[in-house]
Amino acid sequence: MASKLFLIPLLPLLGALINLTVGRKLSRGFVHAVAVASVSASLGVVLWTLWELWGVYKATGYVGGELRQVVYTWIEVGNFKVELAFRMDTLSAVMCFVVTFIGTLIHIYSTGYMADEKRYAAYFGYLNLFMGSMLILVLGSNLPVMFIGWEGVGVCSFLLIGFYFEREDYANAGRKAFVVNRIGDFAFLLGMFLLYWATKDLGAGNSLDFATLSSDAAKAAYGKSFWGGERLAAAAGILLFIGACGKSAQIPLYVWLPDAMAGPTPVSALIHAATMVTAGVYMVARMSVLFSMSTTALIVVSTIGLLTALTAAFYAFAQTDLKKVLAYSTVSQLGFMFVAVGTGNYAFGIFHVVTHAFFKAGLFLGAGSVMHAMSGSGDIMKMGGLRKRLPITHATFLIYCLAIAGFPGLAGFFSKDEILAGAYAAHLDGWPAWYGKFLWAGLTVAALGTAFYMWRLYFLVFAGECRADEETQHHIHESPFAMTFPLVVLAIGTVLVGWLGMPHLWHAHGWQKVFHGVSYWLDPSVADAPTVAGAEHLTKTKIIWLMITATVVGLAGIFMAWRIYGKGPSAGIANLVEHDPNARALYQASKNKLWVDELYEKIILGPFRWLARGLFQLVDRFLIDTVLVNGSAMAVSVFGRVTRWIQNGQVQRYMVGIILGAALIFLLTGRAAHPGISYRFVPEGVELQAYPGSGLAGEGATLRWDLRGDGAWDLTPEAEARLAAERAKGNQAPKIDPRTDYLDDPLLVRPTGEVGPFVRLEITDKVSGKAKVVTTHVVFPAAKPGAAAPSAAKAGGK
Amino acid sequence: MMPGAFILPLLLGLPLLGAIFVMCTPKGEHALHRGLALVFTTLTFLISLLLLRYFDNRVGTYQAVLDVEWIPVLGARFKLGVDGISLWLVLLTTFLTPLTLLAAHGAVQKHVREFTAVMLILETGMLGAFVALDLFLFYVFWEVMLIPMYLLIGIWGGQRRLYASIKFVIYTMIGSLLMLVAIFYVYVQYASVTGVYTTDLEALSRLVLPHDAQLWCFCAFALAFAIKIPLFPLHTWLPDAHVEAPTAGSVILAGVLLKFGIYGFLRFAMPMFPHGAAVMAPYIAILAVVGIIYGAFVAFAQDDVKKLVAYSSVSHLGFCALGIFSLTAMGVSGSIYAMLSHGLTTGGLFLGIGVLYERRHTRRMAEYGGIWKQMPVFSGLFLIITLGSAGLPGLSGFIGEFLTIFGTFIAGDTFPKGWPDYLPAPRLLGALAATGVIFGAVYLLFMFQKVFFGPLDKKKNGSLPDLSGRELTVFLPLVVAIFLMGFFPRPFLRSMEQSVQAMLQTYKVRLAEPDGPARLQGDPVPDAAPAAAGTPTAMNTAAPGPGDGAALDAQLRDLAGRAQGAAARIEGAAGASAAVDVRANGGTP
Repeated sequence: MASKLFLIPLLPLLGALINLTVGRKLSRGFVHAVAVASVSASLGVVLWTLWELWGVYKATGYVGGELRQVVYTWIEVGNFKVELAFRMDTLSAVMCFVVTFIGTLIHIYSTGYMADEKRYAAYFGYLNLFMGSMLILVLGSNLPVMFIGWEGVGVCSFLLIGFYFEREDYANAGRKAFVVNRIGDFAFLLGMFLLYWATKDLGAGNSLDFATLSSDAAKAAYGKSFWGGERLAAAAGILLFIGACGKSAQIPLYVWLPDAMAGPTPVSALIHAATMVTAGVYMVARMSVLFSMSTTALIVVSTIGLLTALTAAFYAFAQTDLKKVLAYSTVSQLGFMFVAVGTGNYAFGIFHVVTHAFFKAGLFLGAGSVMHAMSGSGDIMKMGGLRKRLPITHATFLIYCLAIAGFPGLAGFFSKDEILAGAYAAHLDGWPAWYGKFLWAGLTVAALGTAFYMWRLYFLVFAGECRADEETQHHIHESPFAMTFPLVVLAIGTVLVGWLGMPHLWHAHGWQKVFHGVSYWLDPSVADAPTVAGAEHLTKTKIIWLMITATVVGLAGIFMAWRIYGKGPSAGIANLVEHDPNARALYQASKNKLWVDELYEKIILGPFRWLARGLFQLVDRFLIDTVLVNGSAMAVSVFGRVTRWIQNGQVQRYMVGIILGAALIFLLTGRAAHPGISYRFVPEGVELQAYPGSGLAGEGATLRWDLRGDGAWDLTPEAEARLAAERAKGNQAPKIDPRTDYLDDPLLVRPTGEVGPFVRLEITDKVSGKAKVVTTHVVFPAAKPGAAAPSAAKAGGK
Repeated sequence: MMPGAFILPLLLGLPLLGAIFVMCTPKGEHALHRGLALVFTTLTFLISLLLLRYFDNRVGTYQAVLDVEWIPVLGARFKLGVDGISLWLVLLTTFLTPLTLLAAHGAVQKHVREFTAVMLILETGMLGAFVALDLFLFYVFWEVMLIPMYLLIGIWGGQRRLYASIKFVIYTMIGSLLMLVAIFYVYVQYASVTGVYTTDLEALSRLVLPHDAQLWCFCAFALAFAIKIPLFPLHTWLPDAHVEAPTAGSVILAGVLLKFGIYGFLRFAMPMFPHGAAVMAPYIAILAVVGIIYGAFVAFAQDDVKKLVAYSSVSHLGFCALGIFSLTAMGVSGSIYAMLSHGLTTGGLFLGIGVLYERRHTRRMAEYGGIWKQMPVFSGLFLIITLGSAGLPGLSGFIGEFLTIFGTFIAGDTFPKGWPDYLPAPRLLGALAATGVIFGAVYLLFMFQKVFFGPLDKKKNGSLPDLSGRELTVFLPLVVAIFLMGFFPRPFLRSMEQSVQAMLQTYKVRLAEPDGPARLQGDPVPDAAPAAAGTPTAMNTAAPGPGDGAALDAQLRDLAGRAQGAAARIEGAAGASAAVDVRANGGTP
């Protein structure tokens, strides 16, 4: 009976529906009753289906099993079919349990923490909406349905971060979270498209379903070469991972998470620590078949994870806001999880998600309790000595701090240890052999940092004397039961949950399903790491040594924190920062988070705004609208104005127009345009054609030829004969009649020898009487083509 | 008569009748005018729902067809019908109009009688253009829509209403004139092949033109539709028209009128001139992607809310254009879906801005801030609409965006003519279009934050009343529809499916027709011997046989005369091929 899976997300969504529509008119009691009831009912359904899943799982002999429910077909176009289907296998079951369990606790906590809030119903409505979306995310049976949840939690995060929207910076933080997430979602979408493109022929009418995407046929498709010699799995994996970077706050998209602390503290605990931010890790584990097909994708995932773990730990050193420290700690821990999944230890990545959910939710709720006591202030420099004033908060906080530092026996110890050991042993196909050890070393440093900054926080808040002002001190009080109860439950969980993932040091006779529960339960749902064949397994001795190292590192961090901050803010550090320029630089770098926000502002946001404005003013306003659109309109309008001025009905003006027009015609046609000579060779010699030019003038122009180019105008044969006769008579300067004697035929044929290399023609315009001379160079065909042609060409060239 | 054939004429007639009724009532009786208009438009909507009852999802042909003789001299028929492509657009129109009229009760106080009449005529025009299956009839409705819109902007508009309305009209006219010329050309060509003069779309869609002529005709149609969409860089009339138009005008403009661009491509330009479409598709797809990104950037630079939303339309319609030119079933269905969603969300955004404008008489975002505190119900609804517009999964916008990008992404495999190597590959275009997902969130949330978040520090904003019952009645159906379309897209997609497939199939079959003189689809290419292989130059160089000259020339003159010179003009443009077609076809008509 899998048909109740849909209830798991639906119940919180119904709660949201009630609270967001009519909630304003309901009493507070009713509002939180609806909210808490819907979430805990959902938890109930989760436990119930878990029980069923256990049965199925057992029936398969612990090799897999899932519950699946198709609610209806969501999108269907041609071969592309997406069902709104839910799938609960061992992986999503774990996530469901964490989400609903911690969600329920945080709903209860919120009834105390938000008791004075005016928009009480809206708060619980959003919280329920978040629960519903998150559950869709983890239960979705295919990528598009997962994407509904993926974006849905983003919106809820936006709404809850900006819950106190009157403050501009809080509203900004909400928007920043959504936009940065959207950058990731963009890559997620592309990854999805790429996967569909690769597997569209295997879908069997059900596209992008995880079952299809994990099949052997899909594996073959992932293995195909795609781009630059890499497999398709590399491209798709990296794209999906960028999506995970957005959601799970990894470099370079982590910047939204610290700002997200603007939201109410229970929201930070639920969304920005325990559940939503781990969605990226879940997604990678969900797509483990894909990731295992590309060691390139895995090396990207693990390297980004390591860098994030280190960087965020570094930022946490100098933060003075309680929640900011926790936020960076979350970013850092998420880095640990990505190293785990990036080394192919998917199950232990999820294990750390679970343990982290317990102690980090606890830390945030504890922080909320502290801030509740401190009149809302989160400045740890103004706290101290709260150990006695807030006994329950302190006791639970201590457990969480020990857990995150990796104190043996507590949740964080087991999961972090497995991640470190897994990294140490990682030797994946195509990776350098030392890379796993490098990751291990890096994480060990990060773990040292974690222990240090968390215990710095602990000592500053709870140890020493209280540094708050009188007024605040006066109001310090332990929180109500609704708030301390979840703290205690989470603390118990923190103590217990780690034991599910004990290292494989000995055979836990009969209890292996408990003590090695993580592998038992999760391994069937995730792929194996693409380990190099024949890579050595860790020996027991090595495992023990790794554990000891991790423990020592954790204790060392705690010790350092105690030495420096054991009695409140350290004068020594302040002194050092004051006087040593190197220390100061380091401190400033940590405090200002390496100026990454400022850098993004400079290189991304600034240019973006500039480009937007530039495009609008320059391209849209000026180029398109002013020049092209209104420009052409103006051209028409100017033409219209001119014609209107002309056609105004005055006959006199028309007359002037006619006269001017006629004059214009004469003027234009009176000029002989483009006069010239053309010639061609005919059997008789050269045929010359005069072109007196176009227009009236050309028609009746008088021509004079100078065929030899000797400067004297040639005469007609008759005139020549007459002149010769006169010369013979002794008349040395016979008279030439210019009207008749000159050669003026437009078309002449002359033997070759009589024509020039240059021929001149004088054209006398009939209208203006002006003469114009044109000259043409007659190029004769060469007698010996090979020899003469080049010289002719040369002459032409000159 | 087909079952349900009575519906479409009723749909066209009712608003018109309403307009006549309204104009018959005495001036100044505002409540009466508004009431009458509401009754008529609501009735229209209810009757349009009947279409769903008669519509058969399993076939891709026209349904509820009404076909009567109209202008026999021209061969124009009064032929109406819907298929999966137009069905939901018709419903969108009938759905939005009453809501818009209801929303206008507060905003429009001058010439109420005329305003309602104009709105009703506009509805008739829009519906007519969606259901007309005769090119001439379509053209008439296409122009009929233009006038009421012009009046809406010009009379009930803002400060620069004259500029905006004239710009709108001139832009649209330029496009539609070229389209008219192309229509004439097709009309004449069809007659020369079959001897029958008709403007029936189905008949004309069986005419195969030579490739050159197809390209020219496609471009003529494309200009008209690209202006309407509007495709970058033909978009600058849109922000002006939106900003100056009254709320009702903006809603109808964004909600319905812009859709005619995409619809026109799907219904006319692509099936009639498949070769032209195949050649131009990559370029239009690129312009669409430019529009998506450019529109988003420019939207971000606005301080005027209405302008911001107007530019967001440029961006969103870019998705629609991209979808249809992916020429995949997914892309085309997604595009239609995106149109519907855009109608709801952008319509909703304009209605929301109208609500604010009525209260504060400014559209500058800087004048607002903290409105959520004052108007929580309105803000919540507006947020849903905003997120729907930003393409949040679960709301309507996502499905369309998702499918169009998806369709583009896989277009490289299916693109019929191959994709030119020198252009970015479809997958890259899809990826670029997907950046719209980021930018959409950037400018929409920016707008939302500016208006609704932040401190409530402007005095005038301190006393704004939340939505009245009437306004709530406007918004609730919209929001419900946005959710419905987000979670249950299948009924919508299913009724589109067959028509989209049929359209693509027709397109592909007709695209496969070899180049050659005009003929009917499936007929052998005339003068087949050398041209059978479809070499493009063979026909153009084929000289007319000796002795045919005089008779054919006379025939040509005759044809040109009948088309009142239009054909002659096109022939000049389309070059020798057009002339050769007629000659090669010999003795008809």
